[in-house]
Amino acid sequence: MKKVAILVAFLFVGAFLLLTATSMRPFGEPSFAEMDDYFIANTQAEVAANNAVTAVVFDYRGFDTLGEATVLFAAVVGVLALFRKLREDEV
Amino acid sequence: MNTGMSIIVRTITRLVYALALVFGFYVIMHGHLTPGGGFQGGAVVASAFALYLVAFGAAGIKGHLSHHLLQTLEEVGALAFLALGFVGVGTAFFYNLLANSGGVFGGSVPLGPNAGVFNAGGTLPLMNWAVGLKVMTGIAAVVIAMLVGARKEETE
Repeated sequence: MKKVAILVAFLFVGAFLLLTATSMRPFGEPSFAEMDDYFIANTQAEVAANNAVTAVVFDYRGFDTLGEATVLFAAVVGVLALFRKLREDEV
Repeated sequence: MNTGMSIIVRTITRLVYALALVFGFYVIMHGHLTPGGGFQGGAVVASAFALYLVAFGAAGIKGHLSHHLLQTLEEVGALAFLALGFVGVGTAFFYNLLANSGGVFGGSVPLGPNAGVFNAGGTLPLMNWAVGLKVMTGIAAVVIAMLVGARKEETE
């Protein structure tokens, strides 16, 4: 039962990712210079924020920030797990 | 045993601690207007916690803060960030639905150089708060756990 649930979730997420991948632009099509110009020109109108860097980090590339937050979360959990044994001895 | 540092460091810490906290929260709140944001402001607040811990020792915070509470708050921040990412999932993951909507943080910004509009940016300020909460509590939990572990090592 558990394995079936995992398989279904795996297939669902995989299909979702494939569906997204097919609708993406070809590799390397918006060149870096193009993207820079787009961010500078449209950030104030689209995101309504003066800080273009924050607009990129939290809006245009929010998924990247989610990964960063996950890295931090993993680091914190790892450190707390590492020091847990010492605390159990203390009690 | 590890009761903190000298009177000079403690006095300076008392002076700087509040200023560092205020500056950190300012960086988080104005993330969509000025340089900085959730990560940077959270790191500033966490550095203030770390300074307090180093100056007064782990005994200084006993009973005030526990890493269990901090860990819970970190998870709240992470989940809030994820939930804000799902706000605009009807269009795309992390789509900024609140920008220019006229609601909460839905104001518009005049094009070109301007003094900055606080009530704008859509989900950006909310995400900054979520990430700021997550970073400050996460790093503070790490610092407290390490300090408590190091004290245990010393006494053994």
